[in-house]
Amino acid sequence: MTGEGTQERPGMSRRRMLGFSGASLLVGAAAGAGLDRVASAEEDDAGDAIAFHGAHQAGIATPVQDRLHFAAFDVTTGDRDRLVRMLKEWTAAAAAMTAGRPVGEGAVGGPAVAPPDDTGEALGLPPSRLTLTIGFGPSLFVKDGEDRFGIRARRPAALVDLPHFPGDNLDPARSGGDIAVQACADDPQVAVHAIRNLARIGFGVAAVRWSQLGFGKTSSTTPDAQTPRNLFGFKDGTENIAGTEGDLLDRHVWAAGGDGAGWMAGGSYLVARRIRMHIETWDRTSLREQEDVFGRNKGEGAPAGLKKERDKPALAQMKPDAHVRLAHPDSNQGTRILRRGYSFTDGSDGLGRLDAGLFFIAFQRDPRTGFIRVQNSLATDALNEYIQHVGSGVFACPPGVREGGYWGETLFA
Amino acid sequence: MRPVSVLALAGAAAVSMSLLAACGGDGDEAGAAGAVAVTATDDSCEVAKTDLPAGKTTFKVANKGSKVNEFEVLKPDGKILAERENIGPGTSVDFVVNLPAGKYRLLCSAGQTGKGPSQDVTVTGGAAGGADPRLSKAAADYKAFVIVQTDDTIAKTEKFVAAVKDGDVEKAKELYAPSRVGWETIEPVAEKFGDLDPKVDAREADLKPEEKKDWSGWHLLEKALWKDGSVKGKEKYGDQLLADLGTLKSRLPGLTLDPVNDMAGGAKELLDEVATGKVTGEEEAFSHTDLVDFKANVDGAKKIYDLLKPVVQERDAQLAKDLDDNFAGVETLLKKHAKGDGYVSYDKVGEDERKELADAVNALGEPLSRLAAAVAK
Repeated sequence: MTGEGTQERPGMSRRRMLGFSGASLLVGAAAGAGLDRVASAEEDDAGDAIAFHGAHQAGIATPVQDRLHFAAFDVTTGDRDRLVRMLKEWTAAAAAMTAGRPVGEGAVGGPAVAPPDDTGEALGLPPSRLTLTIGFGPSLFVKDGEDRFGIRARRPAALVDLPHFPGDNLDPARSGGDIAVQACADDPQVAVHAIRNLARIGFGVAAVRWSQLGFGKTSSTTPDAQTPRNLFGFKDGTENIAGTEGDLLDRHVWAAGGDGAGWMAGGSYLVARRIRMHIETWDRTSLREQEDVFGRNKGEGAPAGLKKERDKPALAQMKPDAHVRLAHPDSNQGTRILRRGYSFTDGSDGLGRLDAGLFFIAFQRDPRTGFIRVQNSLATDALNEYIQHVGSGVFACPPGVREGGYWGETLFA
Repeated sequence: MRPVSVLALAGAAAVSMSLLAACGGDGDEAGAAGAVAVTATDDSCEVAKTDLPAGKTTFKVANKGSKVNEFEVLKPDGKILAERENIGPGTSVDFVVNLPAGKYRLLCSAGQTGKGPSQDVTVTGGAAGGADPRLSKAAADYKAFVIVQTDDTIAKTEKFVAAVKDGDVEKAKELYAPSRVGWETIEPVAEKFGDLDPKVDAREADLKPEEKKDWSGWHLLEKALWKDGSVKGKEKYGDQLLADLGTLKSRLPGLTLDPVNDMAGGAKELLDEVATGKVTGEEEAFSHTDLVDFKANVDGAKKIYDLLKPVVQERDAQLAKDLDDNFAGVETLLKKHAKGDGYVSYDKVGEDERKELADAVNALGEPLSRLAAAVAK
């Protein structure tokens, strides 16, 4: 819902973009370090595997899948070695699961008196483009003033505690966490299986603090695909950064060694927000107001006063408090973030209202100039009448894992 | 306790005597005396028995073909667990393999190509204990522990029942939780007696409507004490509780407990009890003395682990370390809630603290679920 951008599409026809989808997906991103993910990053076959190893973690610039299971963990041990051991076990499990293989010795065939290594509900299912992306929260580095794992000095300056934003109504039980894992797949069973197995491996070291299921991606990193709609019925992600836009990824998404935390080079910062949508009141709102609130029309998705979805928005034609106008890079010193959010519905809330909204996920090179800058601009957003931020988290996602390496190796090495 | 249908089993014969079959100490029967005949030809592999007991197994492999043969025991993933090469035509060899429970494929490879006809076999039981005298001793020690705990629970329940019969509600409330400690400490063993467990420990919420008239045991008295504030007319349930516990005691001498299923499996079940009933506060819905049961379940699991520990340390040192750490973690956490000789009322334990307890229980329960496999190795 934030971070609308206007970057001109590189002089490339739509047809040509289609041709590039997949093969050239990470050319920019992978430059200089391993092209291993490129070959398998096909978008069209939902059964495909996306390579786990690479210069960057999969699940950031790779094509967005349909389903999400996001989990935030509290680390319950103070033992650094034990934590690292778990990260290694997690990495092995993640590499197996993303390749469509079961964890450890598998779900069947092991000793009859032991529980199987793998829980088994993904047996027989294809990899479903599962990606697993890990991030480290500020509290992993320092909690209650304590340097828990001897990494306080390695906390990146960019990994700030998010400030209070106007309108926030954050539930601590849905916020924060020492470690986050984003599991995305085209099959919800595959995504849930992945988190469930990691949670199980983590028992005694990391405990699930909160988690969120998501469906219906609300932004796309593949602009040639049809732009998805959010639960308000509006196209979302029209001008998101594409996984093919290597220059933009380098400028706005990937952290660089020179940014201040060398171990984060090739990584990115994840901001997650559980945004509750007041569905019922929105649905009673006139079409004109709905379109004024967003600054785009509902059917085509064209910016106010224009014809086509991808027409360059004319901000002056939008209401001063229109969402797109406030979120636009031109209103935010050129800031762009890569959004990867999902719709969610957790049943109803006891008052008969749909407990639904947007689980917003954004990746950026620096949250201070990324999400925080944009979100502050949105203080006067007309959309705020219809939404409320109820959960929050910020995490430093390390660079990709090399063969034989493990999640967080650059941090703990 | 959360049985599927608690009272349905009442009156049925004690089902647990079948445990005797799985005991340690006499597993040598599977050895030379019980050798499994394997007949190999150039294109067949006949195995005399496809259901084998765990432990040392002797395969008597006879090559009745014309080529040199090779006999392989394959794990489910296709990896070779053990193999015997160079079995000449017309010869017979005895090949001893230690088989943990599981499924295996026995393969004869005429010409020793690694390929050939095969036969699937299933190995069951935990007779690994038979091979290790330390495990037999652990089982015997555990049985002694079970008897001591049963005596303890009977002695304390006698006092509790006396208070019930005196109509002394306050005193009975005080004596209720302690009377259950011995029982909760050995609960998986008690649950083996399918007829007794529901009579002693059924919770009202788990009963089918038609079972309610037959409800008895501790939780019936718990409800009378805390909800009704009176045990008038409930005296007979006190007598019955003591009689049922007496029956439990009388059956123990005939019981043999094996280290894999009854001990290691039981330790895991004790933590499951904590995870599903105690952490949620469902077990003691009226008295809120859940933490007393919680501690007893953990102590029962710890006792089992302590008895098995020398073997576990040798076979899976990392598992032993994880269990040491996580038992300590749960015990430290429980201490925070100690009050007098017991624990604070569970309805006074906040959501955050319950989450903390649940995390600690999960942390312990996961490695504990791997104890049986380590012991059965």
